[in-house]
Amino acid sequence: MEKFINLKAIVAPMDRPNVDTDAIIPKQFLKSIKRTGFGPNLFDEWRYLDHGEPGMDNSKRPLNEDFILNQSRYQGAQILLARENFGCGSSREHAPWALLDYGFRVVIAPSFADIFYSNSFKNGILLIKLDAAVVDDLFNDVAATEGYELNVDLEKQIITKPDGSTIAFDVDEFRKHRLLNGLDDIGLTLQHTDDIKAYEQCRRAEAPWLFN
Amino acid sequence: MAGKTLYEKIWDQHVVRDNGDGTALIYIDRQLVHEVTSPQAFEGLRLADRNLWRIDANLATPDHNVPTTDRSKGIEDPVSRLQVETLDQNCADFGITEFKMDDIRQGIVHVIGPEQGATLPGMTVVCGDSHTSTHGAFGALAHGIGTSEVEHVMATQCLVQAKSKTMLVSVNGEVNAGITAKDIVLAIIGEIGTAGGTGYAIEFAGDAIRALSMEGRMTVCNMAIEAGARAGMVAVDQKTIDFVKGRPYSPKDEQWEQAVKAWSDLHSDADASFDTVVNIDATSIKPQVTWGTSPEMVVGIDNKVPDPADEKDDVKREGMVAALNYMGLTANTPMNEIQVDKVFIGSCTNSRIEDIRAAAEVAKGRKVASNIKLAMVVPGSGLIKQQAEKEGLDKILTNAGFEWREPGCSMCLAMNADRLEPGERCASTSNRNFEGRQGQGGRTHLVSPAMAAAAAVTGHFVDVNDLMS
Ligand code: SF4
Repeated sequence: MEKFINLKAIVAPMDRPNVDTDAIIPKQFLKSIKRTGFGPNLFDEWRYLDHGEPGMDNSKRPLNEDFILNQSRYQGAQILLARENFGCGSSREHAPWALLDYGFRVVIAPSFADIFYSNSFKNGILLIKLDAAVVDDLFNDVAATEGYELNVDLEKQIITKPDGSTIAFDVDEFRKHRLLNGLDDIGLTLQHTDDIKAYEQCRRAEAPWLFN
Repeated sequence: MAGKTLYEKIWDQHVVRDNGDGTALIYIDRQLVHEVTSPQAFEGLRLADRNLWRIDANLATPDHNVPTTDRSKGIEDPVSRLQVETLDQNCADFGITEFKMDDIRQGIVHVIGPEQGATLPGMTVVCGDSHTSTHGAFGALAHGIGTSEVEHVMATQCLVQAKSKTMLVSVNGEVNAGITAKDIVLAIIGEIGTAGGTGYAIEFAGDAIRALSMEGRMTVCNMAIEAGARAGMVAVDQKTIDFVKGRPYSPKDEQWEQAVKAWSDLHSDADASFDTVVNIDATSIKPQVTWGTSPEMVVGIDNKVPDPADEKDDVKREGMVAALNYMGLTANTPMNEIQVDKVFIGSCTNSRIEDIRAAAEVAKGRKVASNIKLAMVVPGSGLIKQQAEKEGLDKILTNAGFEWREPGCSMCLAMNADRLEPGERCASTSNRNFEGRQGQGGRTHLVSPAMAAAAAVTGHFVDVNDLMS
């Protein structure tokens, strides 16, 4: 996993609540057996005018010019601003893979769906929950200023606006630590092999039917 | 000391290690594996040269991509085929038991776990699929995980978890005739919203839940995730134990006695306290039909399509307008005037034997209406299909004009050949009415199996009680 320490980048707005993982990456792309290459199909049904299938040359497909990420002012955006319950729906990790592959490292919203939340952190995406009113202000700012950028500092847990004002955010210590250091979860857990074995021994005596 | 909730009891039994930072290492008893969310996990294991921690804790089957028509020719779509073959290969390489496409035990993961007794009370159950909440019906702690976590469980038999908050949803009183588990859970979601359960493990309780069969409880827990909760659960009672008894993976003999004794404690203590309690009046629940693109956009069949003009919240109102636009519906249209094009009875929500019986009861002696282009019934597993055929349900359904298919996820998410065309409207017993879920531009209305069958034979939504009385 790639570390995340600090990022200054353009913000793209996704102004609708309950953006689900089917919208983030439609199911036909879940047939891939790889972790990468999902970026061109991020928000596929909103982004293109035709129906996308795996294996198509996406550069030749007709773009939906109205779709926010197709507008020139949001090209290169790495921060996504969203509404409540972002990432609801299925557990597909292809959703964070697609966001990451497209280039997003931060998503800001009033709330996120649970499974999407943990999947994103595991892939080096920082999700930031802010009050709905604060998010609303950011939507207004982004709309008002072309090339609007935010600076996100994970170490200090602070977002800095172009005018220098700041917004503090919460993130749990465990996730922050892993993200700052780019740590692999499995490696961390395997440091506790003895604990797992001891638990199993105990549990096997108590509930042997769980080990048949 | 205050009593514990069911969630807390199972949690406490599975803590391997408290990490001291608000998370704990939690032991996982069972992992179910399917073809869509596992290939990258197996690839990760290989790259890191890691093995499975406990091979026997895993059970696999392909379900999302399998064809529901004649399987003797294999899978036509090469991309789908590769994914299923990759699962076969991975299971063979790592020694995992797999019910392959031609095995009578193959089916939707969430149907076969309980069917095989691989889901047991008190277990922690995970799968790379959000509807893993289904297994909570057995008094288990079950939830969906992403592929990184699938790999993590494969390699360590554990997950790093933060404790959820607890919510009690109590459905009180007795439901009226024609009201099924699906109507109950849709009514619950309509009440608390699709994000209402975010951060919570929900325990479903109350007379109406106790009165449900295990199949019905699975339907309710299945959709806990549509209320935002990763886990839904129901306390163990005699019905749970009767269902589990004698299944291939269930404990036997002495261990059975021992297990039943342990399971008797799998309920929330009378003095346990929940972070949130929601009470629902069962007697007021009508047959439910969704009208929008989120499961919370739901009304009773006797209602009309809601009018965005009545919604005060700006964000919600815009969401309603967008949903009506996508669904091709006009505000204030009576729900029972909405005509449908296709009917899908299946999915991990409603593809068990009880669901097929309910559909057949409505279909019996009737014909699928002439405006219906396709009405299909897709059993949840090969064994359910066999059972239904033994009962003659397939004949009743095919005589009425339904198609009778091979088991799998099918048109629940349209990863195989079963899908809606743009603009087509579907009465579906699945769990998600998201845009494009059943095919690009497809319009999904979530209903119970009986309501889906009623829509099939009348051509539009109708209160199933009007047909059955
Ligand atoms: S039936 Fe539908 S919801 Fe259930 S596992 Fe399959 S695709 Fe997912």
